[in-house]
Amino acid sequence: MTLDERLQNVAVIGAAGKMGSGIAVLIAQEMAKLKLKPENNDKIYRLNLIDVSEKALDGMRLYMKTQLLKVAEKSTVTLRGIYEGREDLVENAEIINAFVDDSYALLNFTTDIKVTKDAHLVFEAIFENEEIKIKVLKTLRELVNEDTLFMTNTSSIPISYLDEKAGLGGRIIGYHFYNPPVIQRLVEVIAAKATTDELKDVAQELGKKLRKTLVSSSDISGFIGNGHFSRDGLYALNEVERLKDKYEYHGSIYIMNKISQDFLVRPMGIFQLIDYVGIDIIECLLRVMRTHLDDESLTSSLIDKMANNKILGGQYSSGAQKDGFLKYEKNRPVGVYNIEGGKYFSFDDEWRKNIDNDLGILPEGYSPWRTLLSDAKKQDKLKAHFNNLKKMNTWGAKLALSYLKKTKEVALKLLSDGVATSADEVNAILTNGFYWLYGPINDYI
Amino acid sequence: MSFFRKKIYATAGFNTISLGSGRKEFHPKKPRPGIEHYIKEAGLGSIDQINKPENIDEGVIGNFMAERFCRQGNLGGFFPMVHPTFQYKPCIRVEGACDSGGLALVTAIKTILADLADVVLCIGFEIQNSVKAIYGADYLAGAGWYSGERKKGHAYFFPDQFSQRAGACFEKFGKERIRAGMAQWYVNAIENARKNPKAQEYHNRNSDLMSTGLTPPNPKVFCEHINVFDCSKVSDGASAMMFTSEEGLKKIGVDGKDAVEAVAYAQIQDNLTTPPPDLTKLSTCEIAAKHAYQRAGIKSKDLSVLDVHDCFSIAGLLAVEAAGFADHGEGADFVKEGNTKVSGQIPTNTTGGLIGYGHPTGASGVRQAVDIVHQLLGKAGDCQVKIDSNRPYGMMSSMGGNDKTVVAMIFEKLE
Ligand SMILES: NC(=O)c1ccc[n+]([C@@H]2O[C@H](COP(=O)([O-])OP(=O)(O)OC[C@H]3O[C@@H](n4cnc5c(N)ncnc54)[C@H](O)[C@@H]3O)[C@@H](O)[C@H]2O)c1
Repeated sequence: MTLDERLQNVAVIGAAGKMGSGIAVLIAQEMAKLKLKPENNDKIYRLNLIDVSEKALDGMRLYMKTQLLKVAEKSTVTLRGIYEGREDLVENAEIINAFVDDSYALLNFTTDIKVTKDAHLVFEAIFENEEIKIKVLKTLRELVNEDTLFMTNTSSIPISYLDEKAGLGGRIIGYHFYNPPVIQRLVEVIAAKATTDELKDVAQELGKKLRKTLVSSSDISGFIGNGHFSRDGLYALNEVERLKDKYEYHGSIYIMNKISQDFLVRPMGIFQLIDYVGIDIIECLLRVMRTHLDDESLTSSLIDKMANNKILGGQYSSGAQKDGFLKYEKNRPVGVYNIEGGKYFSFDDEWRKNIDNDLGILPEGYSPWRTLLSDAKKQDKLKAHFNNLKKMNTWGAKLALSYLKKTKEVALKLLSDGVATSADEVNAILTNGFYWLYGPINDYI
Repeated sequence: MSFFRKKIYATAGFNTISLGSGRKEFHPKKPRPGIEHYIKEAGLGSIDQINKPENIDEGVIGNFMAERFCRQGNLGGFFPMVHPTFQYKPCIRVEGACDSGGLALVTAIKTILADLADVVLCIGFEIQNSVKAIYGADYLAGAGWYSGERKKGHAYFFPDQFSQRAGACFEKFGKERIRAGMAQWYVNAIENARKNPKAQEYHNRNSDLMSTGLTPPNPKVFCEHINVFDCSKVSDGASAMMFTSEEGLKKIGVDGKDAVEAVAYAQIQDNLTTPPPDLTKLSTCEIAAKHAYQRAGIKSKDLSVLDVHDCFSIAGLLAVEAAGFADHGEGADFVKEGNTKVSGQIPTNTTGGLIGYGHPTGASGVRQAVDIVHQLLGKAGDCQVKIDSNRPYGMMSSMGGNDKTVVAMIFEKLE
């Protein structure tokens, strides 16, 4: 069966979630474009969007409309060609609305998993819980045809493990979209031991169709992306434990966030990123990795305590950040949490000044991430930045350089453990998926 | 013998800021001023420069598509709102696509020549940021022939029309050469706009304009032969200016040193339902310029300053040819060599043009006239160029549609 044939009947399970809904937008537009080809005129196309939450599905209807509208507005140049034969559609507005209607008509929102029975391709994007994922995959296996293929969005569970437990016989592959799937270019592809060649090909072909950047990772818990992120985050968490005697929790978190964002020129500080991903999600990620890798060091008591206290971070449906380690106003950190007192400390100019004084100044010629992003000479500027950092004798520079070194070690270990097969792969994940300006494997250190 | 049967003066020019992407105060999701604001700001900006507004006889409003961008017609009805003494005075709205402003100038002059008024206030305006560019493209496509061209046209209808012109020029005169001229046009536009605090690109800090100008086109999301930097801006803005008779100038209490003479114009209309005769030429603009020179009794070399309708960089190059400064196919080299820079042989679009200042369509023709008049009066601020006493003339040329509706107007500095 060709990919285009598979795209006649597709199911997304966990469709109303963050990842599921994004995947639905991507797939719906491709299916609509196929359906609109004259030769497919009389075929039925169906995208089944399945979720346990009726309420979430309700919200998703509006989400799909607005997202499909955005897609159509951005691809009107192509859409005018697709609707060339429709004499009644003349203006962009008419063509855009027609495409939204035609895509929307493919969708079937339901809580009934049985509609999956005719699906040729199934995306699994329910939350990161092994038992539930396995249970659902088993149910699906019994429902669908023998040649139905599965793509799972799991962030950390080994695909071979899911394959064996659910008895899928290699009809599953890890297809790890990044959040939000509509915008993020990167997809990490993880083949299980038994994954069939056909499915590997489908995964590649689909990636091309969706204009994604595919990077393959070995089937080792956490894969490349979270394999790096978890350990990079743990380093910062452990540093906080080390610094807290002098700076308390809130001061130490502020320090490590600043070191990573400013001194290491990242898009956001490590604690803002942890909040963005969600503290509960990270707790779960560490637990899964700890179990599958049998590695006790993948633990953070601070994360566990925060999760226990229900300080979880994450995002509102608008994409705005919820409070976690940091407190946010208009998506900018304005305070920081102290687990010992159980409350937030507002950033106070005096307090910040004192800590910033201890850290010392940023290297001369420093430009923040956002400025460098669109700077044609960013590679030279980064090199100069890190060279300057090495020449400085401040405490901030020392903290930054040890972080830079650690980050590189984490990446190199992914290579020696066989999670990634080349430095380019690791660097590609961090630059594409995390928007770093440089890969962790570099010659800055 | 002068072309007009009596002397016509232009005075009290005013431009609002051209608001849109690029301006720091612009935010697509925040509320913005509407029609009432723009007409009033421009009108009062002009009135503030004269002594007796009660002696203004009539108004003309130039606007292209308020019906669609703002769902508003009957635009003449906003004229009495500008000043209490305007109540019950005549006002007409004129429309000729992106040349609506040019037609407003012409209409004012005609009324004075007909002895029906001594002072006419022209206001041109457009509001375009009310919808996303992809829908704005639909509205602006109204400058083309809807039933004959729109269905087979591009999503970005007008950019594509001029992309086709660029393609034709590439083919005939060499791609590198034309492309280099287009990029230089962009560089000049931004450099000039940086000196004009009202310009949309005033805040532009790009340190490598040439590379930006040379950005390769992406036909998947835009056009085949031009990039977005080759295009004029999506803008909200308004401009106003007064035309008077000799008597009128006295009536509003304006000194001769604050006015220039409008010595000639040509307004030319081409058939909307026929394709341009030659994609590598702005044939209608060329006829308009020729007629205007002839009527003014001057030649292109007598101009000290020029303002052309660069809705796209390629249109800028072709407009310079049409105005007689370069031969067919040589506009790109002429621009590339720096001849249209403020320091060059013929300073062109000294305040940024449609690419640098912005292109609030219905205002543009008026804006061009205002800027030429300011140059001749020495009131162009940081954009001021030298007006040679042997060459006391400036010309504006504005265009609606794909070289369909054109006005060329020549002004002369008074002794
Ligand atoms: N959020 C991220 O940043 C991110 C990034 C990459 C991968 N992932 C992975 O994607 C998967 C989904 O994550 P998410 O963030 O979208 O979670 P989410 O909580 O936003 O969505 C999960 C959805 O699954 C639904 N669901 C739960 N059980 C179900 C069942 N039995 N049948 C059908 N639907 C069910 C829930 O109602 C919810 O709508 C997880 O495996 C996660 O690890 C998440």
